[in-house]
Amino acid sequence: MSNPHNVRHYPGAGLVTWVFFLWLYAPIAVVIWFSFNENRLVSVWTGFSMKWYAAALTNRALMDALRVSLTVAVVATSVATLVALSAAMVLSRNETMRFRRLSETVVNLPLLLPEIVVAVASLILFSQMGFSNGMARLIVAHSAFCTPFAFLPIRARMQGMSRDYEEAAKDLYASPFTAFRRVTLPLILPGVFAGAMLAFVISMDDFITSNLLATGGTTTLPVYIFGLIKQGTTPELNAISTLLILASLIIATFALVLSARSMRRA
Amino acid sequence: MRSARVWGLMPAWVLMLGTLMVPLLIVAAVSVAERGSYGGFAWDFNPLSYREILFSEDWDGNLVFDPKYLSIIGRTLLLAGATTLICMALALPVAYVIATRPPKTKALLIYLVTLPFWVSMIVRVYAWLIILGNEGFVGRFWHWIGGEGTLLFTPGAMLVGMVYSYIPLMVLPVFAAIEKLDPALLEAGADLYGSRWTTARRVILPLTWPGLAAGAVLVFVPALGTVLEPMLLGGGKQMMMGTLIQTQFGGARNWPFGAAVALVLMAMVVIVLVINARRSMSREVRV
Repeated sequence: MSNPHNVRHYPGAGLVTWVFFLWLYAPIAVVIWFSFNENRLVSVWTGFSMKWYAAALTNRALMDALRVSLTVAVVATSVATLVALSAAMVLSRNETMRFRRLSETVVNLPLLLPEIVVAVASLILFSQMGFSNGMARLIVAHSAFCTPFAFLPIRARMQGMSRDYEEAAKDLYASPFTAFRRVTLPLILPGVFAGAMLAFVISMDDFITSNLLATGGTTTLPVYIFGLIKQGTTPELNAISTLLILASLIIATFALVLSARSMRRA
Repeated sequence: MRSARVWGLMPAWVLMLGTLMVPLLIVAAVSVAERGSYGGFAWDFNPLSYREILFSEDWDGNLVFDPKYLSIIGRTLLLAGATTLICMALALPVAYVIATRPPKTKALLIYLVTLPFWVSMIVRVYAWLIILGNEGFVGRFWHWIGGEGTLLFTPGAMLVGMVYSYIPLMVLPVFAAIEKLDPALLEAGADLYGSRWTTARRVILPLTWPGLAAGAVLVFVPALGTVLEPMLLGGGKQMMMGTLIQTQFGGARNWPFGAAVALVLMAMVVIVLVINARRSMSREVRV
């Protein structure tokens, strides 16, 4: 270890890494820890209590916000996954087609642009069109920025997949639709699920776009949380945040495991 | 076959044209429109909004140079740049340590790096609000060592929040670059009696540079448009371009001015992306 030429070991780098991971998870741990605090003040620990979870679960405004978030996320995820799936089918089966690179950039465009600019742009367009249904506005905007998150795992899965199966189906006189339904889709399903789940998490967690586009009555969960933060920190806010953290982490973990497994098998 | 391709790509094109490309053109149009009397805007050509970024009118109606908004743009560039540099400095040792672990540990650690990224941005920023607050453990430590005032609502607090938000976007590409390093090159450095720090500087750093550059783009671009950190950790007083745009469409209700600032931000992002595209293209040619 003390060999000064050993390039696999740098003194200090291990310590930096430990501190890094501590720093990465400390904030999340703090939020969860103080959600069990009995005291009204967030960071003054006086005893264990579950009462803030009870308060959160009986909070009508919170449940309304949750319902809005879930509705928007489910519809936007479905739209984004279908759009991404159909684009991925074309883009990974036609390597030499015209406009392939351009189309790929277009699908991933939301990742390249600052979200606040896109949100403002949608706000202006929607208000010019007289498009004032808050829920529909959110669904359209969320569908767009969720698409690349659904697209990337599907595309990765399709690229890793052998084309022999599809060709065998074709040789057996399967129509393109039957070949897709019976052969391609089952093979890429893990990628599709992974993409859909990532899109769902991104939609559930979004603040910037939802904050600008939401109208009265279509407050999403993160926008509601923002309102609470502005009123001051309370352990109930921590309880709500903890539930959102757990939901995000579980779904994201599931998606990442699924997509890693499907890559290995391909 | 041809029509299948067109139909397959059509939904994506329609969605992105309708929600991104056309709206951005409208933003460009609104940025040179007249401010409406009751918020919104009126379709009259008037590039006043861009003038407003640099000048303001004094009591007699004369134009005076006013660095009020220029300082916000400056602060945005400074904080986004600092965020990028800190992320680079942190990601290098961390990615190197991760890349030298056995495969299973490696996969687990990379998973642990990505995981916080999926936690809602608002919750992550809220967490720092608690920690840095006067009652939070970092805030208390600050007072214990004799620090004065509050740590919140300072550029430092915003910087901590921004680095925390965007660090996974730096670690991943740097890790990918380090993993591709040929161990033989590293050992050659040692065989030629280079100390490990010389190897780090002369071999590892140059070969990891593409990963660092890719990470820099991934961090710098969203950091330029960041909204939540200045709003909550900056307390709304330390404006950045993202919050400036947001307030023009909220309380201030000056849409043309907000659109002009949004376009300036877009232009900055496009410049970064073009530089990056040219850099990666010249690499491809050389290799």
